[in-house]
Amino acid sequence: MSAIGEAMRRKEDPRMITGRGRYTEDINLPGMLHAVVVRSPEAHATITSIDTSAARERDGVVTVLTGEEMAGDFAGGIPMVWVPPGVEIKTPENWPLRRGQVKHVGDPVAIVVATTRGGAMDAAEDVIVEYDPKPAVVDMEAALEDGAPLVWEDFGTNRTHEWSVGGGDVDAGMAEAEVTVERRFVNHRTSGAPIEPRCSIAEVRGDKLTLYSTTQIPHIARFVFSGMLGIPEDQLRVVAPDVGGGFGAKLQTYGEEALVLALAKRLGRPVKWVETRSEHMTTSHHGRDQINYVTLGAKRDGTITGLRVRILADMGAYQQLLTPFIPELGFPVMGGCYRIPNIDLHFTGVFTNKMATDAIRGAGRPEATYWIELTMDRLADELGMDRLELRRKNFIPKDEFPFETALGIFYDSGDYDGTLDKLLEHFDVEEFRAEQERLRGEGVYRGVGFSTWVEVCGLAPSRAVGPSGVGLQAAFWESANVRVTPTGSAIVYTGTSPHGQGLDTSFAQIAGDILGIDPQNVDVHHGDTDQGAWGWDTYGSRSLAVGGEAIVRAAQRVQDKAKRICAALLEAAPEDIELADGKYQVRGSPDKSMTMAEISGAAHIPPNELPADIEPGLEESAFYDPENFVFPFGAHACVVEVDAETGKVKVVRYVAVDDCGPAINPMLIDGQVHGGVVHAIGQCLYEQVVYDEDGQLVTGTFVDYALPTAAEIPPIESDRTETPSPVNTLGVKGIGEAGTIAATPAVAAAVLDAIRPLGVKELDMPMTPLRVWEAIQAAGNGGGPEGGAA
Amino acid sequence: MSASVHVEVTVNGERREADVEARLLLVYWLRDHLGLTGTHVGCDTTNCGACTVHMNGEAVKSCTVLTAQADGAEVTTIEGLAPDGGLHPMQAAFMDKHGLQCGFCTPGMIMAATDLLSRNPNPSDEEIRHGLEGNLCRCTGYHNIVEAVKAAAGSGVSA
Repeated sequence: MSAIGEAMRRKEDPRMITGRGRYTEDINLPGMLHAVVVRSPEAHATITSIDTSAARERDGVVTVLTGEEMAGDFAGGIPMVWVPPGVEIKTPENWPLRRGQVKHVGDPVAIVVATTRGGAMDAAEDVIVEYDPKPAVVDMEAALEDGAPLVWEDFGTNRTHEWSVGGGDVDAGMAEAEVTVERRFVNHRTSGAPIEPRCSIAEVRGDKLTLYSTTQIPHIARFVFSGMLGIPEDQLRVVAPDVGGGFGAKLQTYGEEALVLALAKRLGRPVKWVETRSEHMTTSHHGRDQINYVTLGAKRDGTITGLRVRILADMGAYQQLLTPFIPELGFPVMGGCYRIPNIDLHFTGVFTNKMATDAIRGAGRPEATYWIELTMDRLADELGMDRLELRRKNFIPKDEFPFETALGIFYDSGDYDGTLDKLLEHFDVEEFRAEQERLRGEGVYRGVGFSTWVEVCGLAPSRAVGPSGVGLQAAFWESANVRVTPTGSAIVYTGTSPHGQGLDTSFAQIAGDILGIDPQNVDVHHGDTDQGAWGWDTYGSRSLAVGGEAIVRAAQRVQDKAKRICAALLEAAPEDIELADGKYQVRGSPDKSMTMAEISGAAHIPPNELPADIEPGLEESAFYDPENFVFPFGAHACVVEVDAETGKVKVVRYVAVDDCGPAINPMLIDGQVHGGVVHAIGQCLYEQVVYDEDGQLVTGTFVDYALPTAAEIPPIESDRTETPSPVNTLGVKGIGEAGTIAATPAVAAAVLDAIRPLGVKELDMPMTPLRVWEAIQAAGNGGGPEGGAA
Repeated sequence: MSASVHVEVTVNGERREADVEARLLLVYWLRDHLGLTGTHVGCDTTNCGACTVHMNGEAVKSCTVLTAQADGAEVTTIEGLAPDGGLHPMQAAFMDKHGLQCGFCTPGMIMAATDLLSRNPNPSDEEIRHGLEGNLCRCTGYHNIVEAVKAAAGSGVSA
């Protein structure tokens, strides 16, 4: 009986469905104080004075501190870790509390510590900060114009960096093209918006600090914050308890985390900070915010000859952990699942007076699939070719993997026709077109959009992504420690840090199978830097493909030792011991067998028959750095209906066929696809972080920032094909970001298909009722808005 | 510091008395004073529903109820939904149908869903989706939440 492949119910659930989860905000420590941050209401200003005297006098207030007053608490500011060889990235100082200047609304200027949270909030209102406002620049293209206000005057420009990558000869490719399509795309700014806001608690005992935090990256956080505080790493423990969703927003080293640590150290008492939702919208990093100028050239028969893309990316005012790298993260798959011989990509980063952008679910890849897929649609239309036929013509064929792209990237495995074929088993295009035609006659506008997507994930490999690769100052291997207890349970420590993905379950399935232990008796531990080995945490759909493989290797070593012990006790050769039906048995003699509990008992309380060269105990570790990324792929179809009178878009049907290799737990895969697709539907139709022209945030709450609710969303139909990756022994790829990467072009193309008869050819996301209605009106008044609505 | 108010509230079947700040929201009394941390705060503006509890048998968002308003009321939180220590059928259905991922919205979602079935024991998919539109989930895309509510309805659940 194999647990791998089973839709095993989650080990996480019993505590969560009964209210016994333990999220960071649930933790209250003896003597704990509460911190509230005083934030800038100005988008760009010089701080002329801060008067904390009234706040300090309030009952229960312990201290009020400004950036200058805390200057001695920090050996360094929040780091940005991308150092691409030969490229300078303008990176301003990024202190947890600002010193002298504020650069966006919400910039932290002081912190109040009191005995109650309410008391700290009251006192924060009494901190009087005077500002001398300066002109703000909000639009990234305006920020690059001569004479634009400068976010950082010392740099003399708002241009943060330029980075290029390419392959083949794109000029020759374009010269060869018989048809060229060009379009400007806007990938607007969004928020990760996990339902759990951020929260951080620091406590000090002796010289040891502990940080409990809503983080995806406890190991990286210890590395960074020990450096920022100037303390040795052994003096800092970081714990990520149950984390209520991340979506990239918690892949960050935030100033508030450093502040509670410094305050606990100063005050000798635990300090807690809880983010309000408005703070989340204002100061948890945002995502996307790119403008893409795309040119695609092809022969008349549809053969693509070249792709040129110029990407402008809005960094906001600071460089957080990975800010400037996020647009570039998508580069390995910017040619999509197509054979494109000549590619030229150029990236320009821009400062504006807004919160920093950084990784949000998909991070660089959703932006890319959006413009690749919609450009393919445009090319098909230009050629008068069926959109799916054009895709098939350019798909990298199944038998050419591993396939080296023009960018020198090796796609590991793929069967793009296979997922599209399966999609079309679920979705009958001809039937839809007939229905569409019939409904149009009744004034009902339905449309379909497709996305045949590929993404790059499983971050790792260190050689490609690290200092001697693209230049991230980190490595990306993973670690695992697998221990069998004397009575035959297993404890698995992983260096990844799941926050909703269900890895307690899928990792238990993997380890259980290899060890011969019921997964219900495999306890998976993570998210505590004082347990297990160093790891590199959870993001970039890496946990299974990298962390899971580390578990495979550690568990395999335990199995090997278990076989040696079993062999010694059954007087057989180790190579004759096999694991079958949960028992270690002599090959061909199933009556001679031991359970893992018996073997582990012998490992921990060794009988004299056990040879002296077998060490006691049953525990092994492994570190794993893959040779390559993994490249999940799939084909999605979306059907929408547009109310031409109101502009309201309703998603009628969504079908997703994805391939992330062999399923460890198909139920978890479907769940990831559902959530990822709906995240993208939100991005395409509803969600947008909006700043006004003065840099004031307009979307500061869930009243203004519209997450999709159950009422807007149809059932998500999902199916799979399974093409193994040759990169790891499980053959697995990531699926956590896939839906979000795949879905925006399918939804957008469906909207455009629906309203094409009304004369609308282009429209930017988010396709809100107002935008759709305006586009229909503009088109109806003669001449469609080529550039889409503003 | 605002004035204090004396309240007597039956929480999960147990009578509780306290003098609380007049401005104290019910969710913070439950979490910080009674230690019932299964009820969560996600948005501060009554949009997300992570704080949903039952008050006198109806779902309320406890971030928008003052503790003082709950004086004399019966309040049920996720911890009290299955008082015998087992699982309420809705809790079991959420687990069986994979209706949760990070689990943060889950207690509020389960409390809203049981309230929905108490008013409408056999809702259509559409009615379930509209019935839960006051509760946000970022992980599941709602698909399996709807499946869970359907399964629980099929098993004849009412609050």
